[in-house]
Amino acid sequence: MVTVSPKSLLLTLLLVPLAALAQVSEFELSNGMKVVVKEDHRAPVVVSQVWYKVGSSYEPEGITGISHALEHMMFKGTERFGAGEFSRVISALGGSENAFTSRDYTAYFETIAVEHLERALELEADRMRNLILDPAEFAKEIAVVREERRLRTEDKPTGKVYEQFNAVAWRASPYRNPVIGWMNDLEHMTADDLAAWYRRWYAPNNATLVVAGDVQPEAVRDMAERHFGDLSTSRIPALKPPAEPQQAGETRVQVRVPARQPYLMMGYKTPIVGQSKEPWEPYALYVLSSVLDGGESARFSRDLVRGSGIAASAGADYDSYSRLPGMFVLSGTPTDGHTVAELEQALRQAVAQVRDELIDPAELKRVVTQAVANKVYEADSLFNQATEIGVLETLGLDWRLSTTEIDSLKAVTPEQVRTVAQRYLVDDNLTVATLVPLPMDQQQPRAASSAGGRHGS
Amino acid sequence: MAVKHGWVLLVLLLAGGLVQAGPSVESWHTSRGAKVMFVHAPELPMVDVRVVVDGGSARDGGLPGLSRFTNAMLSEGAGEWDAGAMALRLEERGIQLGSGSLRDMAWISVRSLTDADVLAVALESAQAVLASPRFDQDAVERVRQQLQIGLRHSLQSPGTVAARRFYRTLYADHPYAHDPDGDDASLSKITVDDLQRFHRRYYVAENAIVAIVGAVDRKTAESIAEQVTGGLAAGQHAPPLPPVPTVSGGELHEAFPSSQTHIYVGQSGMSRHDPDYFALYVGNHVLGGGSLVSTLGEEVRNKRGLSYSVYSYFSPMRVDGPFLMVAQTKNDQAEQALKVMRDTLERFVEDGPSEDELEAAKQNLIGGFPLRVSSNAQIVEYIAMMGFYDYPLDWLDTLTGKLAAVDVAQVRDAFRRRISAPAGIAVIVGGNG
Repeated sequence: MVTVSPKSLLLTLLLVPLAALAQVSEFELSNGMKVVVKEDHRAPVVVSQVWYKVGSSYEPEGITGISHALEHMMFKGTERFGAGEFSRVISALGGSENAFTSRDYTAYFETIAVEHLERALELEADRMRNLILDPAEFAKEIAVVREERRLRTEDKPTGKVYEQFNAVAWRASPYRNPVIGWMNDLEHMTADDLAAWYRRWYAPNNATLVVAGDVQPEAVRDMAERHFGDLSTSRIPALKPPAEPQQAGETRVQVRVPARQPYLMMGYKTPIVGQSKEPWEPYALYVLSSVLDGGESARFSRDLVRGSGIAASAGADYDSYSRLPGMFVLSGTPTDGHTVAELEQALRQAVAQVRDELIDPAELKRVVTQAVANKVYEADSLFNQATEIGVLETLGLDWRLSTTEIDSLKAVTPEQVRTVAQRYLVDDNLTVATLVPLPMDQQQPRAASSAGGRHGS
Repeated sequence: MAVKHGWVLLVLLLAGGLVQAGPSVESWHTSRGAKVMFVHAPELPMVDVRVVVDGGSARDGGLPGLSRFTNAMLSEGAGEWDAGAMALRLEERGIQLGSGSLRDMAWISVRSLTDADVLAVALESAQAVLASPRFDQDAVERVRQQLQIGLRHSLQSPGTVAARRFYRTLYADHPYAHDPDGDDASLSKITVDDLQRFHRRYYVAENAIVAIVGAVDRKTAESIAEQVTGGLAAGQHAPPLPPVPTVSGGELHEAFPSSQTHIYVGQSGMSRHDPDYFALYVGNHVLGGGSLVSTLGEEVRNKRGLSYSVYSYFSPMRVDGPFLMVAQTKNDQAEQALKVMRDTLERFVEDGPSEDELEAAKQNLIGGFPLRVSSNAQIVEYIAMMGFYDYPLDWLDTLTGKLAAVDVAQVRDAFRRRISAPAGIAVIVGGNG
């Protein structure tokens, strides 16, 4: 067992009294299952999460959405516990539980009084290897998944834009497919498809257990050994390395659906932590996203919402942690009297400005100060603490990155921010999607289409 | 016995069941009359302050959306700082400012590190935001647009359309009838004068609750409360709300360009001080309140695969809030889903929960209590709510005992008296309606 005292927290260390500093311990079971424990003794509560390295980006064409569908079926029983029993047991112990699927991972979690942690682990271990995929249960549950898709995508104009945006931006990357899957694939999926998917990916050597809360690492280690230790391993197939071909020109797509408000998304392909030309690039991109949209004093609010008044809202999103390279995404809604085209021009100008000019050191200072404060605020949520570790471990990164990212941000210079803008925020690298509202009172054919993100079971 | 998170976990087996002490809540009034609720949480070097006023949309009068518009203007410039200057002075110190409003309440929330210089700016700003919003004309017009656009955006969802119609029908001419988002016509005509008048009337000390959770001692908390409310006039508490009207049930259909139909079925429910509060609350947990375990979930989702998100709830408010069952399904299954929901409710009202079902629900609610007060963010919301609805300070301590005391006969009796399927209103929005 390796216990790491978070000396590397540096800046946070100055602010956080020692008592609250979370100890993180990690170890590996003999079957290859990774366990990470984060102590937080504020309340007699624990969050337990089991993370699997599988998600929609692992899926071949034809069975998109299978990881998410399997997540739903994970509540439908094993040989020992019948359909729904998992949820009933956790519920009767006062716990809450659910699961989420993304492009790069599938995770199952319980929040529960600490004395019941062992029961949660026992149940999770059981469904890691012993799931029953009954065709009759599957037929009902896949209907539920299709309803979920209707709710989140078919009937949600911005959800449709998001789905089409990704579908045209990526030519080869599996990020082109929605997490929930294309409707056609959901209509042709079978219980056998899921059984094969389950056998391939659900094994201790493809999983990470993260426990955060009022626990002692040794006790968690004993419990994990007891319940997960004897599970057999699988030979986890190596994924072929995907590579998105270099984009060589702007891509545009329109989504014409009944709606009341236009909407715009613009995405530039960008590198991520662990896969960038230079290690500081993702941190410079994060700073850039925060300079544009890190609050009401950031540039978009200052210049586009309050200044020119072109935008009712405008945002910039960049996720530095993912399995495959992603996008730096700008989005927004124009005010009445302004068009989506004008908003697009305004966002392009904001991007041109960061390509041409250095950001103000005061902006950089503000971004770092906010990040430092947010680290403290995030420690208020057990769930977020566990999730941060689970994401990093499941992506094959090190959870310690979460303790060094403040230092990495502090090291970013205005020149580096300009450099990443010049390298990546260029027109040849851009995809633009616009929502063109059709009248709401006119029945339109409802074509199958749309978006991912996180899905509760 | 362990002392953790500023609260003492005492597990005592009494005749009535489990008693668990919640966070230790202290309360006092500021010099101008605002009620303060405080929990000392020393572990993290941060503090949460939430100020709630009885100034939600139930106080909109003839101008739907006025409460929310006023609330949104608070962070758009106050005192000597215009919107940009205020945002900058908060954000360059990592201070977070939030605001919001519902039917009963409107609030601002501030989260700051306890570092003295930072906290001083947070409190000075909060005082200005609460007491001295500028209502600059350009900011008013900008926010008006944002609210109108936000409203249009939400009306793209058949669920929002159905919920609004449900409330309008259930509450008729009662102030709960309209949505806190208001409507386009009203948002168009609200003036700066309307906003200032609303602010002067409801953002006053006698009408405010200050909730504080964080790594500050009682003395510091007292000065925080004084400072945050320092600019407020004493004023008066908002008057009582009228009782909710009795309306007859019925089915309302509305076409919508959607592949799913959204179903809202319900009727008048209960108030925050309802004598049937715990019987209805625990009973509903069996019926449709548990997240993955409930009778409605079993009948609509698990057995028939009709809906992804199906649930029921009582929304307890100052006066009777609604009881609602909600589901959404593809258009050609809407009738079937509605029938299953109604039959399930009818059976539940007739038979009540089984002993086992009730026991399981109570175990979930009681055993889950520590989870719901495990972060500062949760605790500050709880104590603000307790202060707002005049709950006793030991409300959290006695909660589990009250849950434990609910039995099957009480649930059945309460549901039979309070919920009758024929009185229900069904709003069905989607497809051809």
